[in-house]
Amino acid sequence: MLIHLSQVAFACAVSATLLSAQPQAFVGAKLLPITGEPIEQGVLLVEHGEITAIGPVADVQIPTHAQHIDVTGKTIMPGLVDSHSHIGGWPGFNADNSEPVQPELRALDGIDSRDATIQRAQAGGITTANLMPGSGHLISGQTVYAKLRDTNTVEGMLITLPDGRMAGGVKMANGTNSLKQAKYAKFPGSRAKSAALVREAFIAAQEYQKKIAAAEDDATKLPARDLGLETLAEILAGRRTIQHHTHRHDDILTVLRLKREFGFNVVLQHVSDGWKVADEIAAAGVACSIIVLDSPGSKLEARDVAWRTGAVLEKAGVLVGFHTDDYITDSRFFLRTAALGVRGGMSREGALKALTINNAKILELDDRIGSLEPGKDADFIVLSGDPLSVYTRVEQTYIEGQSVFDLSDPNDHLFAVGGLGASAPTQPYLCCYTTQIDFEHNH
Amino acid sequence: MTSFLRPLFLALLGCTGLSLSAQTLLVYADTLHTMAGPSIKDAVIVISDGKIVRAGPADSTIAPRIGRVIKAAVVTPGLIDAHSVLGLSGQLNQPHDQDQLDKSAPLQADLRAIDAYNAREPLVPFTRSLGITTINTGHAPRALVSGTTMVAKLHARTADQDVIAPQKMVTVTLGQSGIPSDNATKGKAPGTRPKSLAMLRADLIKAQEYTDKRATAEADKKPARNLHLEALARALAGEQRLLINAQRVVDILGALRLAREFDLDIVLDGAAEAHLIIDEIKASGFPVVLHPTMARAAGELENASMETASKLQAAGIPFAIQGGYEAYAPKSRNVLFEAGVLVSKGLTWEQALASITKTPAEILGLADRIGTIESGKDADLALYNGDPFEYTTHCTGTLIDGEFYPGETDHL
Repeated sequence: MLIHLSQVAFACAVSATLLSAQPQAFVGAKLLPITGEPIEQGVLLVEHGEITAIGPVADVQIPTHAQHIDVTGKTIMPGLVDSHSHIGGWPGFNADNSEPVQPELRALDGIDSRDATIQRAQAGGITTANLMPGSGHLISGQTVYAKLRDTNTVEGMLITLPDGRMAGGVKMANGTNSLKQAKYAKFPGSRAKSAALVREAFIAAQEYQKKIAAAEDDATKLPARDLGLETLAEILAGRRTIQHHTHRHDDILTVLRLKREFGFNVVLQHVSDGWKVADEIAAAGVACSIIVLDSPGSKLEARDVAWRTGAVLEKAGVLVGFHTDDYITDSRFFLRTAALGVRGGMSREGALKALTINNAKILELDDRIGSLEPGKDADFIVLSGDPLSVYTRVEQTYIEGQSVFDLSDPNDHLFAVGGLGASAPTQPYLCCYTTQIDFEHNH
Repeated sequence: MTSFLRPLFLALLGCTGLSLSAQTLLVYADTLHTMAGPSIKDAVIVISDGKIVRAGPADSTIAPRIGRVIKAAVVTPGLIDAHSVLGLSGQLNQPHDQDQLDKSAPLQADLRAIDAYNAREPLVPFTRSLGITTINTGHAPRALVSGTTMVAKLHARTADQDVIAPQKMVTVTLGQSGIPSDNATKGKAPGTRPKSLAMLRADLIKAQEYTDKRATAEADKKPARNLHLEALARALAGEQRLLINAQRVVDILGALRLAREFDLDIVLDGAAEAHLIIDEIKASGFPVVLHPTMARAAGELENASMETASKLQAAGIPFAIQGGYEAYAPKSRNVLFEAGVLVSKGLTWEQALASITKTPAEILGLADRIGTIESGKDADLALYNGDPFEYTTHCTGTLIDGEFYPGETDHL
């Protein structure tokens, strides 16, 4: 959502904190809590950016000072969580072609929080996204699990974990993408070489871990800091999860083999051939973040990508999330991805979970997001109808109780449907201008 | 899918010993969208020898008592993709299955799609399984004049068996999309928009002169045959329209200017910024084959709008939705989906369906054969177990010239 000139004076007069301090009661919508049964006519109560109550109209006590928002006839569900996206100016936060293993890179240092793709994702109902570098590298860097808040700085999108670290994983890839980079000196020329390079890297990280442990509290014995090995050591210590691009069934099995060797936490990403090795994936206890494409192919390793993948994995008992891989699919059509999953045989409940709570689990943020439950972040979307219908539109998107997208607003409408300027970066936050004339005079 | 309302085949042979009248087929639809009139509940379509004999309400339409019977919840005309690269650009995206672009020269109207069309490409039956029965297929952007399209039925037999119009339109691409990305650094032409137009105008003038000389010169002084100029000459004569891909305003206006100069009959293709110059397009009288609704909104499509279709509709400009060309995933876009998402963006349901049936048939000059369900037309039908545009509906089969092909079951 752009900051609107008409709202500037208002926003200056009434501070944002005051606004959010008043409880908001969204009354009358059909509520899809995801972790509970749908509520036909419900109340969603929001205060201080959190959900404080949810239930049928008759059961929820609405505080007298709460702001009533009539959403009769609408459907409200949790904000969508995208477990694999390249919004935010991906070329700027991708690794370079100097080498195939670059765990030291942080996507954080290249994300443009004002890129139009983030506005479009808000229009698609996405409230949290895993912003990933890659996938032309075996290890392309540290990803950011971002809240798509309206903000001028990437720091404003970060999620702080209880231990103070910023939420994010590490992007890895196998298969053909990195092989295509073999024209660059250090890149692998075969699948076996790819795996060997990854094993070397993790073995180096194990050695690094041992040296640090052996040094105990003696700083003079510590090895020289190595940003890449530090990151891999975080993975080995279970403090960071690998988000692993993998398509072909044998590439999927290679990831599971390396997981057995090094014991890391890994989520399989894309998983085009997942329907061929669903039992093996289930046995490994690994979650899958899958893409749904309108047609099979586009490269050899995605030849057999099919709509059935979600259904087969679901039946095998695998935790399944969907992703956009934006720009491969447009964030504005993320709900459609789940609907095509259902077209391919997935259960409706499973498909809705795959957009929300399952992705929250994949990002290890399910204590905060992914469902409508008291105590969770007030990240939710207001829909005109059923989430899996082609005729339904995302009308509003809220993050932590703040509206970040409203289809009835002309600026937000532009990002929702496109048009002249829909690809422009957002305007700077106009904290200091008070009128339209003032703004125009200064620009 | 157990929930499928699968087509029902009733083999009635053997009970009477009569031989059936040649290939009689009865298609029953709970809802029939003929696109030639209002929708009909509980309808029947009588098909014989690959043609539609008649269609109407089942209780008042004369239908033979015996014949093969197919049932579906919803039946529409077979869908038409007015601009595709299907059969030229294969799903594997490897050099051996990519024939949609030849980079050896910037202007090559003599390249015929029919000489490249692989009817057995896996994306052909995949596309058909969603209800598409006819495509206008040919060359992709990245060349100023890339070739000549063909219209094919998606039987997936051979190019020669499936073609219904071997040389339909000459494909032109203006703007950055028509300029190979390395031309600037290599000093190759065209490198800019005006250079593209200058080269195209020069060749159209050459084609005019070539035609005149071939017609008037003494036998021994006739210029040698030139296939490229002959194709452009057919465009000048109105026999093969120019399908001009132009996304930006500047390029759409360039196409209209070119059409005025040479009195060309053109079709605007892509037209991502058409919503900014609706009046100019309306005044030109030319139809639009609009970009896929879900095409990536970047590069020359950065200002693309999902509401362009409704603006064209409101202005009375004929338009069709295209599957177009994608360099990467999804390798092929399907007009069923690209039209369906327009219904929540200002188009009515009927207008969205018209953009992939009746209107593309008219733009392709094939409305006497395809695009609607009417007596005498080709028996091309798409069968669905519900609203064709709903994401969770399934296509349960297609008919092309009366031949039944399975729906999407195999691809799920």
